Amino acid sequence: MFSYYLDLALRSLRRNRVLTALMVLAIALGIGASMTTLTVLHVLSGDPLPGSSDTLFYPQIDPRDMDGYEPGKEPPRQVTWTDGQNLMRAKRGDRQALMTGGAVPVQPAQSGMEPFYGDARYTTADFFPMFKVPFLYGHGWSASDDESKARVVVITRTLNDKLFGGKDSTGQTLRMKDLAFQVIGVLDSWRPNPHFYDVYMGNYAAAEDVFVPLSTSRDAHFDHNGSTDCWGTGGGDQEHAETSPCVWLQFWVQLDSAAKVASYKEFLTHYSQEQKSLGRFERPPNVRLPDLMEWLDINKVVPGDVRLQTWLAFGFLLVCLVNTVGLMLAKFLRRAGELGVRRALGASKREVFSQLLVESGVIGLAGGIGGLVLAFTGLWLVRLQPSNYASLAHLDVKMLLITFLLAIGSTLLAGLLPAWRACQITPALQLKSQ
Amino acid sequence: MLQIKPILAALKRHKAGTVLIALQIALTLAIVCNALFIISQRLDRVHRPTGLVESDLMAIQNRFVGTEENNAAPLIKADLAALRQLPGVQDVVAVNSYPLRGGGWSTGVRTDVDAKDSKAHTTQYFGDEHTLATMGVRLVEGRNFRSDEIVEADPQAIPDPAAIIVSKALADKMYPDGHALGKTLYIGDSKKPSTIVGIVERLQVPWNGTWSDSFYENSLIQPVQLTSAFTNYLIRAKPGQLGDVLKAAPAALVKVNRMRVIPSDRGVRTFAEVREHAYKGDRGMAILMGVVCLVLLGITAAGIVGLTSFWVGQRRKQIGVRRALGATKHDILSYFLTENLLIGVAGVVIGALLAIAMNLWLVTQYEMARLSVPYVLVGVAALLLLGQGATLAPAMRASRVPPVEATRSV
Repeated sequence: MFSYYLDLALRSLRRNRVLTALMVLAIALGIGASMTTLTVLHVLSGDPLPGSSDTLFYPQIDPRDMDGYEPGKEPPRQVTWTDGQNLMRAKRGDRQALMTGGAVPVQPAQSGMEPFYGDARYTTADFFPMFKVPFLYGHGWSASDDESKARVVVITRTLNDKLFGGKDSTGQTLRMKDLAFQVIGVLDSWRPNPHFYDVYMGNYAAAEDVFVPLSTSRDAHFDHNGSTDCWGTGGGDQEHAETSPCVWLQFWVQLDSAAKVASYKEFLTHYSQEQKSLGRFERPPNVRLPDLMEWLDINKVVPGDVRLQTWLAFGFLLVCLVNTVGLMLAKFLRRAGELGVRRALGASKREVFSQLLVESGVIGLAGGIGGLVLAFTGLWLVRLQPSNYASLAHLDVKMLLITFLLAIGSTLLAGLLPAWRACQITPALQLKSQ
Repeated sequence: MLQIKPILAALKRHKAGTVLIALQIALTLAIVCNALFIISQRLDRVHRPTGLVESDLMAIQNRFVGTEENNAAPLIKADLAALRQLPGVQDVVAVNSYPLRGGGWSTGVRTDVDAKDSKAHTTQYFGDEHTLATMGVRLVEGRNFRSDEIVEADPQAIPDPAAIIVSKALADKMYPDGHALGKTLYIGDSKKPSTIVGIVERLQVPWNGTWSDSFYENSLIQPVQLTSAFTNYLIRAKPGQLGDVLKAAPAALVKVNRMRVIPSDRGVRTFAEVREHAYKGDRGMAILMGVVCLVLLGITAAGIVGLTSFWVGQRRKQIGVRRALGATKHDILSYFLTENLLIGVAGVVIGALLAIAMNLWLVTQYEMARLSVPYVLVGVAALLLLGQGATLAPAMRASRVPPVEATRSV
């Protein structure tokens, strides 16, 4: 029966080529636009660390003075050096890392290569196991390296390819800012999206080129990049960043169970109270403990324009569907005579209904394929854009499936009303007017 | 007008089709109005003048390597001297930033030393007495910096300047009476006053995102030559010689001193490229919105053509009867046009409400202004005209139905 309906549908569609083309085109455009924007949105709002993102938390505490105090306002989005060190020493999480970003002059040993500035991350030892960073060669550093301000460095695969021709460079020396560092690890390809651990370095930036212990970076007077927020007499002077009232570090903590999360939050409140009684904090305790995905939401990491485009595209799809409903209605009702004959010859309402639905399904399928082609084209265009997330815009299997479901689902939905209306035709009336 | 009653009666028999067309017009109007509004907002932003003479201007981003971070003053001096000697170069300045660069300094400024909150937010440009001439900004009041006012300073410890030059926008904000020249400002948390010695007509901030919209023309130039290893050279070429300077300048810099990094990507740019890059996102969004609007209008028009054609086909007999009873071709034509107008009016009324609702929602979600009425009116007019245009072809066909149709197989 299905193949018969299919045959009928194809015949009917062929009879009215312009109308069919118009419907398919409308669906294809709607689907293409929606899927392009939805894919970009999907890529941008993805989980950077699937599987472990729900155990990673970003503690926020409020160390500021009473200037501009409003109860319930969000605490700063970074921590001071003192608080960072205190929280590190407290070791209340399963793992914790204190970090910030910067740029260091890299001086290649090869004579032919010009010196250049590399993006750097200054962090503590737990960074690598906590964020499940994959290593190609070697390993990260240890807490004792942090302690001793060891001159060690972990570099990315890209930098290793550039400087050492892709060979195992552990044990080699890398000169940065006129100081010698020993390479102890080379990362495998790693690009968490978004760049969640420091949203001030570009939300979708690639991982840094070099990773250096935080203590070493201070010792070596490496430049700090990113946001520095000061209050009171704070001046943002890099040389005295340890003591000035400025937040400029990110602190992440891994908490493996809900009980630990609750007790960590309590610890943060206690800590704030303690600091207040010591006179360091002036505000009443104001702590937050968002997990990784909540943290990305708070920071509105997904660009507003991208969400706006997605809404626009779905509005567009809606208009295309309404358009298709209208055209299909016209088409089905125009065939009232033919349908009347079929009904008179014994086809039940249900059979006529499913026949018409098959026809709208065929349009949906064709529109879906067209939409997919358009979505590929759209994503290709997105990748030509200059934004730093552009290169990430690719259709994955999940989105591919959603495209087809969306196309066929929406056209079947669009076919429901016209098919139902066409079934209501009284055969007798139609036969009489023939 | 006499025809409205029978038209309404006929539409009642085509409820589904009527509702669908009205709905489609309404949705299209809502989307098109908002899209047009977004386009115009983006275009307004793209066309904001920087205050610079942008032709014959270029920028080089430079970072010295192997020097103490904030000890680059002699190196910068040598660079400036080398660049000034190039034949095509008219003027050069080393600045921390420039309009549309995307990154720079900002601070609050006060007129009252004891005020806790700043009166306005402004960007800070640091440069010497060549800044105005190189940028090509127009001095409307006061004077330029004298060379003896320029100090060299570590970016970590910039002395409060005695003399500053401000943009007109900042001057008016700080001293609304229009007499800012000679008055003083306090920069950031400083307790030392800085005297406004010059006012420039216009000078945009380095950013062009929505967050800087509230102060995008508030600029302040301090007579400071920063000594940081990271600096930007702005170079004004002699008229028509930008192409030569674009090649000669970086080569000259490398000849002076090889220990530097000029990024291969966007390290050397004409100001046209700077502008192009700064507004790429806004322009892209505007084009996308424009394309969506056009396609949407096209689809809606096609939908109206399709449905009206169907109605015409369905009513051939009735049209024949009307023609046989004395209706003119013109009567038939106007019947269909009026019918479409009625549906269109219903659609645009709903659509206008939807457009406003959609805009109110967008205002809460994104940094966006309220939709202004003219956009809705333009959208309404466009959709009504589109409906009439789309109906015209099927209606003409209807008017050509011969009266003899009435006699065929009733």
